[in-house]
Amino acid sequence: MVAAPIVPSGEADLRKLLLTMNDSPGTADPNNPLVPFGVFDTLHFARFVILNDATLSDLSVFGPEAEFPDAPIYLAFLGDCDGSADFLLADFVDRAGDGLRKIFAYCDGFNPNGDLLQWMRSHSVKPAANYVNWIGRTVLQIREEAALHEALAKYLTEYLADRSIRDKAKDQPRHIRDAFVRAVDENGPRLTPPAPTPLGWQIRRLISILAAVAAAFIVALPLLMLSAGAALLVYGAVLLIISAALAVFLVHLRRHETTDPDVQSPPKPPSDEHLAELGKLQDHDVTNQYTAFGSFKPGPFPRWTTTVIWWLVNLATPILYPRGNLARIKTIHFARWVFLDGKRGGLFASNYDGSSESYMDDFVNKVAFGLNLTFGQGVGYPRTRFLLWGGAEREQEFKDVQRRHALPTEVWYKAYPGLTLIDIARNARIRQGLERKTMTETEIRQWLSEI
Amino acid sequence: MAQPVREYQDIQGIVRSGYGRLEEASFLLLRITNLSEAKAWLAAVVEEPGAEKLSYRVTHAGHLSESHQERALQIAFSAPGLRRLRAPEELFQDGSINNFPREFRLGIAAEDPDPEGRSRRLGDIGENAPSNWEWGAPPETPDVLVMLYAEAGCLAAFQQMVMADLALGFEVFRVLGTAKAAEEGDTRREPFGFVDGISQPEIDWGAKREPGTGADLEYGNLIAAGEFLLGYQNEYGLFTKRPLLDPARDPDNILAPAADVPGQLDLGRNGTYLVFRHLEQDVSGFWSFVSKKSPGNQGVDLAEAMLGRRLSTGDPLVTASRAEIRGVGPDALDIRQNGFTYEPDPEGLTCPFGAHIRRANPRTADMPGGKQGLISWLLRALGLKRGGPRDDLLSSSRFHRIIRRGRPYGAVIDHRESVLRGKPPGVASGIYFISLNANISRQFEFIQNAWIVNAKFNGMDGETDPLLGNRVPSLGNHVTDGVSLPQPSGWGQRLAGLPQFVTVRGGAYFFLPSLRALRFFARQSGTG
Ligand code: HEM
Repeated sequence: MVAAPIVPSGEADLRKLLLTMNDSPGTADPNNPLVPFGVFDTLHFARFVILNDATLSDLSVFGPEAEFPDAPIYLAFLGDCDGSADFLLADFVDRAGDGLRKIFAYCDGFNPNGDLLQWMRSHSVKPAANYVNWIGRTVLQIREEAALHEALAKYLTEYLADRSIRDKAKDQPRHIRDAFVRAVDENGPRLTPPAPTPLGWQIRRLISILAAVAAAFIVALPLLMLSAGAALLVYGAVLLIISAALAVFLVHLRRHETTDPDVQSPPKPPSDEHLAELGKLQDHDVTNQYTAFGSFKPGPFPRWTTTVIWWLVNLATPILYPRGNLARIKTIHFARWVFLDGKRGGLFASNYDGSSESYMDDFVNKVAFGLNLTFGQGVGYPRTRFLLWGGAEREQEFKDVQRRHALPTEVWYKAYPGLTLIDIARNARIRQGLERKTMTETEIRQWLSEI
Repeated sequence: MAQPVREYQDIQGIVRSGYGRLEEASFLLLRITNLSEAKAWLAAVVEEPGAEKLSYRVTHAGHLSESHQERALQIAFSAPGLRRLRAPEELFQDGSINNFPREFRLGIAAEDPDPEGRSRRLGDIGENAPSNWEWGAPPETPDVLVMLYAEAGCLAAFQQMVMADLALGFEVFRVLGTAKAAEEGDTRREPFGFVDGISQPEIDWGAKREPGTGADLEYGNLIAAGEFLLGYQNEYGLFTKRPLLDPARDPDNILAPAADVPGQLDLGRNGTYLVFRHLEQDVSGFWSFVSKKSPGNQGVDLAEAMLGRRLSTGDPLVTASRAEIRGVGPDALDIRQNGFTYEPDPEGLTCPFGAHIRRANPRTADMPGGKQGLISWLLRALGLKRGGPRDDLLSSSRFHRIIRRGRPYGAVIDHRESVLRGKPPGVASGIYFISLNANISRQFEFIQNAWIVNAKFNGMDGETDPLLGNRVPSLGNHVTDGVSLPQPSGWGQRLAGLPQFVTVRGGAYFFLPSLRALRFFARQSGTG
């Protein structure tokens, strides 16, 4: 993510410029002359969004010293890509340099004649946590597999139109599969062998696993080195220390939860105008974007708590949720949690399938605890209990809060319109079925049913 | 502990009953033309002291237990209607927390062009676009909906009398007459010929159940009263946002205090929202399509697969044998027709995933897999247990239920028969679809958007509700006019090119007030 403060007086003009990139509200034209996203074939999603936090004044409940009247307005440029982000950035400069210069010209201190790549690098912000629905699945693979599915569906229709084939295949579905394998061999579509998962990811995963093993080893150490009695003593002591630390944390947490001034009393619903602005951009494709921005409660406790939790999220999600789901949510393509302004504020950006109302339904009914953990320290977040309960469980209050913090995402690009994660996963299974050496008859029937 | 519902005499009867025994019905769409006369009539129908005595009155749920009602009258208001009645302006104010919810204030159809996409989300595009509606798109919005019900042969006189009384204060801009449905005994059929009105949520009047406990790991049909009535706890154990007022607004002390907000009066209590959609059905189109595609049985098999119930009996395609679903039974017919979930049919082989009733109520519980041990619960809650590819794609049903009170209109003959004999009826027919819910966006709009018109519903692709879909291709020219009928053989299961069978002709969001709120509106001087 590249984020840089803009010159406030230029905000309206910048918005106008960004809107020229769209071919329908909230959806970028892949060939727009400013940044033709379509030419970058490792790019899944991208967005430009102006982070103008309308909820900034909420901080005033914490007293004048918590206020932040001249917080910068950021322009953020986010993309989700295969391979190295740094490489993509260089590619952007190569192929869309002029457009980017025009856009970033609205940023404070931008020198249009300077080194763009250098500037973007120096303004890039590393997300505290990143989530990828399916690690290692590339844009190319998604597109090729979608084309494959389409081709096979057409073959299937042609086949079944012929009565004699249909009758024969009833008992021997293998015929159909064999014919498909031949047809794809001869007429395509061509399938590029899957690229290996990027080294960076593998190393990260490896490190995580090594860390887990090391941790387990340390935990087991007393048992290995000491007599049973002594080990028990050590464990007891460690447990005591952990409990004490936890108790201190919980006392702090509860104090904050019960005594922090409540921005929500009286509740602040989002304005009609704001909701209209958001609604205008949503539900054109089967996937939607979500960008939310807010401040943390003042003081070190909320920041530290969030820092640790986001760090854990970043560490744990690739291990626990590498393929297809984030806890019980199966509709998030990419998500990221980013600190901004020296951890004064935080940004959450995601790409999800379905409507905003069903996204919120998932949040409230399936992963309220996760929302509470990751956003519970935000100003105005509905009151939590022990950071797990309450919060997002307060359905309408939560929906209001998140919509109030949502920012209209002016420019949003998706490389494969019309495809949901479920479609993409299905297409991948179809390809696997085609490439497998052997399949039982039941498997073939199952496979055909997906086509 | 949630509060039981006791004030039956304050709740319009339609919440409790569809007035099945009152076979005739008509819906009057009104505009207020004279404020004081309009208020005088409202005062009269809620029997305000000093108001004119009429021979009819608003029917409340208490009447239904007192005696048999020979006729019934219900009243609901649109947002423009309430403003014209001079309801307190803060109820419509932007950014207030005690106002009417946004979707009600804006209405089902925005002004053209629809800037923020409600029509897009509801599938009201293409033929269904509000610009093609007969009524309901601004400025063709009604202020008031008056619903009249009567025993066979008695409606005409009743309607005439009411319309005469209304004439001073209102203009009747549309009379929507309903059909006496083709009936055999107790079954009511909609124009395609299916038995309708079989499945309804059971309202937990007595607050017997506590929502959100482990019991909700299984599907249940007993639903918190707050889902259908404002002022009571909903499925989250919370009070749905609703219009509240400062006591100064109510000098005559008509309204009840808000149970959860001290110092505020509850204008919503015992009221709810009523979604009205005028849906025209192409009965000949439907039966000629299914009989052409599936000639064996004159299309009956295919039609049943598209709906999810049997044509002749209304029984579900999946076997209903589960007597233990909360809120189903003890009546044997109810168990036979509603004692089921789709769990025994994970592949959709018995009832296609896309069948109308499987979309409109997937009968899902809070977590796939139901009740198992604590460890399994924890693993599933954290998403760490590998489940089926469709697990967790659908929301839990209990947050998305509606009470349906619609009535068919049009020709009374057995349509299917006449279509098959080559004599399609000359009259348009369809359903005046009516749903009651406390939260329009979480209930009706969610069902319509996420389930009925969603081309990706439950992991499928390129198909919407086989009965209701608008068949308009989605962005990138992806088709939405298919329907999948899973077969054990594994293929030959997808029909393409479904025509549109149901077209939206009108609609509106109404507030169905309590009797107290009706009195309040009738008295309100409207100086604020
Ligand atoms: C002309 C349009 C429609 C027709 C012909 C139609 C027909 C039917 C029929 C025959 C049933 C089965 C009987 C029953 O279970 O009561 C049914 C059930 C149902 N319909 Fe519709 N319907 C229409 C529109 C709608 C709409 C617009 C919605 C909601 C947005 C809807 C929601 C439902 C629900 C919730 C059920 C009950 C499902 C269950 O609980 O199992 N219907 N419909």
